[in-house]
Amino acid sequence: MHTKSITELAQGLRTKEFSSVELTQHFLTRIKQHADLNAFVTVTEDIALHAAQRADARIATGTADLLTGIPMAHKDIFCTKDVKTTCGSKMLDNFIAPYNATVVEKLNAVGAVNLGKLNMDEFAMGSSNETSFYGAVKNPWNKNAVAGGSSGGSAAAVAAQLAVCVTGTDTGGSIRQPAAFCGITGIKPTYGRVSRYGMIAYASSLDQGGSMARSAEDAAILLHAMAGFDAKDSTSVDAPVPDYCADLNKPLTGLKIGLPKEFFTADLNADMTATLDAAIEEYKKLGAEVKEVSMPNLKYAIPAYYVIASAECSSNLSRFDGVRFGHRCKNPEDLTDLYTRSRGEGFGKEVKRRILMGTYALSAGYYDAYYLKAQQVRRLISDDFKNALSEVDVIFSPVTPTPAFNIGEKIANPIEMYLADIYTIAINLAGLPAMSIPAGFINGLPVGLQVIGNYFTEAQLLNIAHAYQQVTDWHKQTPSL
Amino acid sequence: MNTKWEAVIGLEIHAQLSTKSKIFSGAATAYGAEPNTQACVISLGMPGVLPVLNEDAVRKAVIFGTAIEAEIAPYSVFARKNYFYPDLPKGYQISQFELPIVGKGFLDIEVDGETKRVGVTRAHLEEDAGKSLHENFHGSTGIDLNRAGTPLLEIVSEPDMRSAKEAVAYMRKLHDLVRYLEICDGNMQEGSFRCDANVSVRPKGQAEFGTRAEIKNINSFKFVEKAINHEIERQIELIEEGGTVVQETRLYDSVKDETRSMRSKEEANDYRYFPDPDLLPVFISEELKTEIRATLPELPEAKKARFKTDYKLNDESATILTSSRDLANYFENVVKISGCDSVLCANWITGDLSAALNRADLEIIASPINEERFAGLVARIADDTISGKIAKQVFEFLWNGSESADEIIEAKGLKQITDTGAIEAIIDTILAANEKQVEQYRGGNEKMFGFFVGQVMKAMQGKGNPAEINKILKAKLA
Repeated sequence: MHTKSITELAQGLRTKEFSSVELTQHFLTRIKQHADLNAFVTVTEDIALHAAQRADARIATGTADLLTGIPMAHKDIFCTKDVKTTCGSKMLDNFIAPYNATVVEKLNAVGAVNLGKLNMDEFAMGSSNETSFYGAVKNPWNKNAVAGGSSGGSAAAVAAQLAVCVTGTDTGGSIRQPAAFCGITGIKPTYGRVSRYGMIAYASSLDQGGSMARSAEDAAILLHAMAGFDAKDSTSVDAPVPDYCADLNKPLTGLKIGLPKEFFTADLNADMTATLDAAIEEYKKLGAEVKEVSMPNLKYAIPAYYVIASAECSSNLSRFDGVRFGHRCKNPEDLTDLYTRSRGEGFGKEVKRRILMGTYALSAGYYDAYYLKAQQVRRLISDDFKNALSEVDVIFSPVTPTPAFNIGEKIANPIEMYLADIYTIAINLAGLPAMSIPAGFINGLPVGLQVIGNYFTEAQLLNIAHAYQQVTDWHKQTPSL
Repeated sequence: MNTKWEAVIGLEIHAQLSTKSKIFSGAATAYGAEPNTQACVISLGMPGVLPVLNEDAVRKAVIFGTAIEAEIAPYSVFARKNYFYPDLPKGYQISQFELPIVGKGFLDIEVDGETKRVGVTRAHLEEDAGKSLHENFHGSTGIDLNRAGTPLLEIVSEPDMRSAKEAVAYMRKLHDLVRYLEICDGNMQEGSFRCDANVSVRPKGQAEFGTRAEIKNINSFKFVEKAINHEIERQIELIEEGGTVVQETRLYDSVKDETRSMRSKEEANDYRYFPDPDLLPVFISEELKTEIRATLPELPEAKKARFKTDYKLNDESATILTSSRDLANYFENVVKISGCDSVLCANWITGDLSAALNRADLEIIASPINEERFAGLVARIADDTISGKIAKQVFEFLWNGSESADEIIEAKGLKQITDTGAIEAIIDTILAANEKQVEQYRGGNEKMFGFFVGQVMKAMQGKGNPAEINKILKAKLA
């Protein structure tokens, strides 16, 4: 049952080949069997089985949605009412959310079955899932390798078929990079497409929720259920959500693909180049044209990102002060002691590092030189994409410089870790939609292809991914666990 | 004040906007609810929550800006002011920094008969914090977040005021204005209208400002005057003794009538302002500005002119009665309910009622005599049921009790005697008993007339109709 697509499962539920309760039990068993991957922080067995029962009843009445009764899971950054919501941090190890995120509400409304909460880098700050208070997630393809981050639990759960599809969030590559490392399909939509209400903020102007699944089709179905305007999020965009499945089979004839020369350089690892070249050849066979584009300001993306994201996080994480919720130190002597020890004990190293960087960047006398300058760079980067996307329909690039690295390999060197996000970060600065599609393997580890589109072209990106998945089977490969 | 020195004062006023819900959430804003019963997940700053701007708060800010003839920014931005405090749930306050919604405007104040223009630098929207409760928690501190997220308009003046008196006049004028505009209830006890004062002194004639101290959170007109005067004296004394004023924040202690240092400039927070990425910039359309201009309520100046024409009031009465919308409404209601001469109504309101309110330090909305009861009093004066003198007694009963004027007059037997027969009989008795004085009067001592009036009134316990007494006395003595 765990190898089937959402459409196949929905069919099976309707023909009573199996019930949602059976399907849910099957996945709950798999989660237990593969607990060593550390993909889940919390498994909500009872809630899932109740939801499955309701789903079976709803399917029987003939009013079900495609996702009704489908076992899925949420990244532990989305608030789930009456369920522990940790954001991967000791700070929230005791936090039971009093409300549902809009994304969670929407999926509950269509009758999706929530299996639990997925492991992640602490407060989504990390690229390897090693900053999680609950420990690193193991890559299902090689348990010594990282699953990527910050949505590492999400990617590993899908790759190991512990859930049919999952939610993720992406601030600088947190959906696309782990999707690439684990060989699954992930989409980060346009900023404002998915409500951020109830999604614990890391960097508000960059954070965006998205879907992760084995195929573009499944990712499209889940994204459709997540997306849409939300009056509770002022930055969500009031535009109708198209049927992302409607265009999946459109021919790609005449599609113009841009390859940024700044990304395809001699520095890129030879195996990676070869893998991506092969994918591009496949697209040419499907009728696409390829053209070189230039985006001269991409080189500033990493510093600009770390100034803006850190600045926003330094403010967003101020609410974790030990006063109203979350970790509180024992026997505080006074207010300052309460703050310093609660935060000192509750936050991990990487989170503290970014809070410090952000506090510095916003301080009087440094604001203009750092924050303001970074915002100007952000504009230049957006303009680069705008120019490039006026010449071509979509931009292709690597997702990562290399396949998944080993657990422990980079964690001691934050700069090296940051630099590995070179291909994904600029897209968040511009607010554009982008996908990671499985495109091959290097030494048994999956490699992703990144497809970047213009604002609100999610349907087109999913079409481009789906077309490729009709002529390749990279996305169908499964790790031997 | 020492004549060698001149004070320079600027005020920052926080007016709580009277919206039904909070500035960034749907939680209610009503005062006095049980702690934390009006704190939704947004007020509590729960992880993942987001602010959504209350359009009514924006509208009220634009109304204010229009009334002070200020520029309304076509584009304004919310910024985060970052600092840690237990009753500040998010660890930052959403405020406006570089691009406030209301730009430069002005208010004209009157002090000692002279009109002075005070500049308003800006007014911006922001959310209020919660409250820390230090009592009844056995050494711990309680946090009440009902107030967190209540919309405030912070109105910053230019340093244009030169005395505590001017500062109070400005504050009163602003207080009147926000209530006229119905954007703030002005309730100072509940903290709906609060003031921070920036005070410095300089030798008269010097162009540069001295170093200023900021006095925080003063919540009555009386205290503003006292706190500023105290601070001016403190600074002058300090300088004259060879010291220097340091830039700092000071707290006014109304019990000890003194200000004391809260924190110095060095200890001041670096608020790390930056645009709030959760909120979009606010765009104010020309249509909204035009609509608000067209529907602006009658402002004090216009109301005063109307009172002079429609109610035949003199300038002094019209000024006093339009000094607050509540007082103006009170007056108009008394005229309407009583159906009496408007000047008579005005005289009694600006006279005895205002004096009593002043003595009790009460605003007109808190007057123990409502419009209906006051109208009852004026009506009995107008129809000669009671004399002006007796009316003062009735007023005292009205002030201290709950009966109507008619009930008081009836119960205390204060009805004026206009029966000429009764008055004549008393006059006859008085004249018979004072033959010597009658002779003196008839001999040319006209001052004696007052003596007879006094005697008659005394005999009638003040209830005789003075006009009738005069008439009959004149006839009898002729």
